[in-house]
Amino acid sequence: MKEKLVLIGNGMAGMRTVEELLKIDPQQYDITVFGAEPCGNYNRIMLSPVLAGEKTIDQIMLNDEAWYAEHNITLHTGREVLDIDRARRLVKADGGIEAGYDRLILATGSRPFMIPLPGGDLDGVIGFRDIQDVNLMLAAAGKPGGKAVVIGGGLLGLEAANGLLSQGMQVSVVHLLDRLMERQLDETAAGLLKFSLERRGLQFLMEAQTEAILGQQRVEAVRFRDGTEIPADLVVMAVGIRPNVELATRIGLHCERGVVVSDTLQTYDPRIYAVGECVQHRGQTYGLVAPLFEQARVCANHLARHGIARYEGSLTSTKLKVTGIDLFSAGDFIGDEQTEELLLQDSSRGIYRKVVLRDNRIQGAVMYGDTIDGTWYFELMRDGTDVSAFRENLLFGQAHLGDSGHGDDNRVAAMADSAEICGCNGVCKGEIVRAISDKKLFTLEEVRAHTKASSSCGSCTGLVETLLAHTLGGDYSATPNRKPLCACSEYTHDEIRAAILKQELKSMSAVQRFLEWKTSDGCPKCRTALNYYLLCAWPGEYQDDNQSRFINERVHANIQKDGSYSVVPRMWGGETTPAELRAIAEIAEKYRVPTVHVTGGQRIDLLGVKKDDLPGIWGDLSRAGFVSGHAYGKAVRTVKTCVGKDWCRFGTQDSTQMGIDLEKMIWGSWTPHKFKLAVSGCPRNCAEATIKDFGVVAVDSGWELHVGGNGGVKVRATDFLCAVRTEDEVKEYCAAFLQLYRENAHYLERTAPWIERVGLSWVKQRIVEDDENRRALVERFLYSQQFSQVDPWKARAEGLDHHEYTPIKQLG
Amino acid sequence: MQQAEQALNAAGEWLDVGRLEDIPRQGARVVRRTEGDIAIFRTLDDQLFALRDRCPHKGGPLSQGMVHGLQVACPLHDWKIHLDSGQAVAPDAGCAARFPVRLDGERVLLSLLPEEGCPER
Repeated sequence: MKEKLVLIGNGMAGMRTVEELLKIDPQQYDITVFGAEPCGNYNRIMLSPVLAGEKTIDQIMLNDEAWYAEHNITLHTGREVLDIDRARRLVKADGGIEAGYDRLILATGSRPFMIPLPGGDLDGVIGFRDIQDVNLMLAAAGKPGGKAVVIGGGLLGLEAANGLLSQGMQVSVVHLLDRLMERQLDETAAGLLKFSLERRGLQFLMEAQTEAILGQQRVEAVRFRDGTEIPADLVVMAVGIRPNVELATRIGLHCERGVVVSDTLQTYDPRIYAVGECVQHRGQTYGLVAPLFEQARVCANHLARHGIARYEGSLTSTKLKVTGIDLFSAGDFIGDEQTEELLLQDSSRGIYRKVVLRDNRIQGAVMYGDTIDGTWYFELMRDGTDVSAFRENLLFGQAHLGDSGHGDDNRVAAMADSAEICGCNGVCKGEIVRAISDKKLFTLEEVRAHTKASSSCGSCTGLVETLLAHTLGGDYSATPNRKPLCACSEYTHDEIRAAILKQELKSMSAVQRFLEWKTSDGCPKCRTALNYYLLCAWPGEYQDDNQSRFINERVHANIQKDGSYSVVPRMWGGETTPAELRAIAEIAEKYRVPTVHVTGGQRIDLLGVKKDDLPGIWGDLSRAGFVSGHAYGKAVRTVKTCVGKDWCRFGTQDSTQMGIDLEKMIWGSWTPHKFKLAVSGCPRNCAEATIKDFGVVAVDSGWELHVGGNGGVKVRATDFLCAVRTEDEVKEYCAAFLQLYRENAHYLERTAPWIERVGLSWVKQRIVEDDENRRALVERFLYSQQFSQVDPWKARAEGLDHHEYTPIKQLG
Repeated sequence: MQQAEQALNAAGEWLDVGRLEDIPRQGARVVRRTEGDIAIFRTLDDQLFALRDRCPHKGGPLSQGMVHGLQVACPLHDWKIHLDSGQAVAPDAGCAARFPVRLDGERVLLSLLPEEGCPER
């Protein structure tokens, strides 16, 4: 006998919960759904575009009735639930329908708040909440010369007003305060918004208090406190929404503003869960889609008895769904005595930006005119990033410096459908927008899965998120509060690393058991990360798991598109000899290497080597004195150098020898992502040390140390760490920085985003300002190096992992 | 050579390709043949599956991918393929042909006659 699950409320939050549940456990429940509206489940946040005539109702349906049948879900549409007998666990709906339950989800949503005005019950006075309201509005707009009054100049009211305007009505917006959208906008942004809406033809009555709605049967006019009247054929009340707690109150569940729930989305009756707009969680209610989806995911997790997810509240941001008006707001954008304001206003370009900082962390932001960086500000705010390192550029947006493939053309709304968004996979704007609307996608992950956009190098992620926001309309907020490592776990990178140390977890299965992994043996994402974290935490103790390494690291060579491999021997500091070159040349000829290429890190790359030949070629290289260059790994890659003072007339120090010494100290180390170095012999910086993870620039008085740079997808120049005098100090700081990165960064996070996340000052505190800590880092690094400086090529040439390089059987 | 001939002559019969322990857990080995390689996968719980060693996406060698649960991730572009059906994990679409494989004691037996259901063998 399956257990019985009943969902009350066929809206987005409730159905998302059911969908999440079906994804993780399709078999556990017999599911029954009650919906008060007469149709399947639709995307409520798209009602504004429907009203504006930009979409049809069919286009915003999420699940039609056939979908429910296909998933064996009993759907009762147009049935209001009248009562729930909690003792007998029985739901009673109108029409005499009853359904028993083992678990119940309340998702009754919210109701528009109708101001109790005289005449408020006349025909033609409506809220803006569901399809029926939209139909009434469209019907009213059908009569030529119709006049509409929208009460409420907030998000919802302005969207309604804009919709009615584009349907040809004369629209007046009545607002109690002197500023539109006062919960989302400051005075300047609100003024800009009002100005551009007026230009479109909306009329505003500010600081106007409605006193009565006049008419016999149907609304005819609206009267204000000061006695003035304006004619109206339709009055839309959009002053806010209230959680719909009617049913919950009736059955005796504890409610305040909303149905009170715990972090597991349970009400005071543990068999009854509640999600969505009807919910009050930690004192907050939510009316935007992203928090509802987070709640749905957590609720489904508990319904499926995984029992490990918690909902800890959401940060939200807002965008207005009015085509052609770009507006973004998030967090506390007003500030107080302890906050600072950064302002950018360019009236002729119609741009306004305000960012509010507290202790160099973003508290809130308002943007008008150009909102492309909204997702970036929101991310910085959510992560609590210290922005002091790039404060002076913050207002100009995420520096698009070298954002490969896009240049500075990031104005998504203005792009043609044929504009390429994802340069790696050749995905155009039109394809992404179509996939979002046709396949009902809501999250970045879904867009990645369906279109492949943003799934390779990730440089277009911001663009794709902006497209999502534009296509879905306003209240899509891009990023969940916390990011689990992968779908196998509820825990974040940091939580997992902390648990490995605190609980002394020394094997992958121990981590997976202790942290309640949802899959039997993980996925490529978490296994590679765990393998690294364990290796870093327990050098010499943890047994490296070959099967949890990506192919390149498993076979110590780079797989190429045709299944052949490339081989890059280490050349210390980029220096070589005629004898070495001769050996490489002979080996390349012996194995008929089709392509020999010089890499950007001053190494020689032998491309197109057959897998079976790898151990042989390595044996020959090893005998010629070479070791692996680790060009295939999340590992220390190369130290690039210039020739320095031995030859160069500008050279101030022996940069080549410095590079060789550094490379000999750190080679073989595994790192969260690849790690590159360079040493330049003078500030002319021919070795390009300022776009490396660790860059050293020689000056006359010693050495300057720079960290956190990279070329690649998004070029980032290094931050200056400090200056030191001696070669030994360079080595000490290098080892300390490398170890700090190894111990702290997330797997697959390069030093550049890592430093932006933790802040340069955090790094300096641990390396420059704390001598003891720096030396401890060096000690731990050198200890772990004992176990990693074993040439993997020599070992494999001598027979290790033989099975990797030979077929199990050769036929024909 | 004798075994190879046997395989070519009697497609569909079981061919002894090696021992179970020759294939690493959560890993794969390749049976090489002129008509295209076959990958034999061994899961964590010692189930065996055999697929044409060619990702339906861009022909990547599936045998080199990471085996997790009943799936393998292609090493080239990370498409996930169901080991038991050869189908790509949705929303990707495509398949790698399946070959019957079974265990006889410690020996791994493979049939070279692909199963129905995948247009590209």
